[in-house]
Amino acid sequence: MLDLSIRQTLGAFALDIAFTAEERGVTALFGRSGSGKTSVINAIAGLTRPDAGHIRIGDTVFFDSALRIDVPVERRRIGYVFQDARLFPHMTVRSNLEFGLRRVPAADRRIAFGPVVELLGLGHLLDRRPRGLSGGEKQRVAFGRALLAQPRLLLMDEPMASLDAARKAEIMPYIERLRDEMNIPIVMVSHALDEVVRLATTMVLIGEGRVRAVGPVGTVMGRLDLSAVTGAQDAGAVLDLTVERHIPEDGLTVLAFDGGHLTVPRVERAPGASVRLHIHARDVIVALQQPVGVSVRNALAATVVEVAESGPSSADVRLAVGGSFLIARITRAAVRELDLTPGRPVVALVKGIAFEPGSTGAPAEGRRVVDV
Amino acid sequence: MDILTPMETTALLLSLRVAGVAIALGLPVAVLAAWVLGRYSFPGKTLVDGLVHLPLVLPPVVTGYILLVTMGTKGVVGGWLYQTFGIKLIFTAEGASLAVAVTSFPLMVRAIRLSVEAIDGGLEAAARTLGAGPVDRFFTILLPLMAPGLLSGAIVAFAAAMGEFGAVITFVSNIPGQTQTLPLAIYAATQEPGGDAVAARLAAISFGVALIALMLSEFLAHRVRRLIGQT
Repeated sequence: MLDLSIRQTLGAFALDIAFTAEERGVTALFGRSGSGKTSVINAIAGLTRPDAGHIRIGDTVFFDSALRIDVPVERRRIGYVFQDARLFPHMTVRSNLEFGLRRVPAADRRIAFGPVVELLGLGHLLDRRPRGLSGGEKQRVAFGRALLAQPRLLLMDEPMASLDAARKAEIMPYIERLRDEMNIPIVMVSHALDEVVRLATTMVLIGEGRVRAVGPVGTVMGRLDLSAVTGAQDAGAVLDLTVERHIPEDGLTVLAFDGGHLTVPRVERAPGASVRLHIHARDVIVALQQPVGVSVRNALAATVVEVAESGPSSADVRLAVGGSFLIARITRAAVRELDLTPGRPVVALVKGIAFEPGSTGAPAEGRRVVDV
Repeated sequence: MDILTPMETTALLLSLRVAGVAIALGLPVAVLAAWVLGRYSFPGKTLVDGLVHLPLVLPPVVTGYILLVTMGTKGVVGGWLYQTFGIKLIFTAEGASLAVAVTSFPLMVRAIRLSVEAIDGGLEAAARTLGAGPVDRFFTILLPLMAPGLLSGAIVAFAAAMGEFGAVITFVSNIPGQTQTLPLAIYAATQEPGGDAVAARLAAISFGVALIALMLSEFLAHRVRRLIGQT
């Protein structure tokens, strides 16, 4: 487990961050540019030195101001994938990949060259120089190079920020495979919500150098007080569902979760597979009864949990649907007229679902919202 | 040799040797100075920077004179070297090498430092996260990437060392076969009655050597850039 607590003055800005992350999966540090996310992973890597605090992984202490421990970067064995790849221009792809590997004692090598090359699809690039590679290819080589250094933890600083939508769609599945097939915890910095929703297990929301929220992605996204940090346009809940069955004649798929069922355009996954959906607050409608004669097909029994103002005329309503949460953005006038107070039973109508490209078999040309 | 007279051969070989030794000894120091000046800031950096560049702005005769005073057999350093190791620099080819090493040093440092500063510091950070310590990084990342600057700096400094006059003649005098490099031989020839033809031939040799050095520099720099993936 990664256990981190650091304080650091960065110019006029004070970083004061503490969180723990599981040994498996992806922890996403999410926040706006300049919120201090990258400073956190630079401190984990050892590239910068916090004023006080500690950084530990399991029993290994990398930094502890009280114990006067500060392990140099080169002895931490923490992998780092930089935003700009930073491949060594004078070496071939193969030499780049082997750079870290050759500096690890043979007895400590668990991750082998061949499987990594195959996982990342680098076989045909091995004899090339970084100069001739595309942005996506460079980033894949950077993943491989970091992995082959046998890291205890893999850091990624906005690994897709410099890529266009198509390259990003090409890279995402590789990161998913790293997450699912390599037993290495990943800490990823991102300011793109779609990346976080698709890849992260745990979400650490950072604003102005402080941790605003930590928890499973669905839990953090379901909070109303955080839309100012996540960005008003992207406000909305995240649901984890499983594929229940397909309805081939209508081109639909039925997804199940603890709050009921959602019927969505066909998802190219086998029944039983898990799917994560981001449901924008602006795509959820609140009704007092099961509506009759409307085109919206997804109606879920829900209970109002809390109501918060989200704009001059709008309000966000947090709805409990089974053990999960949805957020609906409606007018304040509607809140008043429908008397939406905590505890009131309502029906949540979902009219649109944001599919993350690839994750549900949706077209890979980019992110899109599908009306349902 | 048929083309060159024995005197010309002697002067040419001596020049090549003096300049070669100077560059061979000066280059590692120049790389170190360029690395430190290009990558680190420390108190007194401006002073060190100034000292490194001093031979570039001082009249060479003054450089030679300072060497004469400090490195002569009665000088502070020179006297100690002579008494302890029996090394005599004054009036010797080794002394000539020292003189041209000092005058050409700033040229090397400048060229190498430019290429050190052009190397993305992020590459070194990446190498650190991959387990490379400072010495490791110097040899695997910095040195290969500064190779073009190192090469052009060394060749320009070599050419300048071949042509150094003032510092050499002031420090080690003009002794044929000992310290009489090409420029000193040309000067000596112009001082003798009827020496114009000798001077002209020596000048032509200098011209040829300079041209070859420049072409070699271009060719090698091109090859090295390809080797390190910059073109």
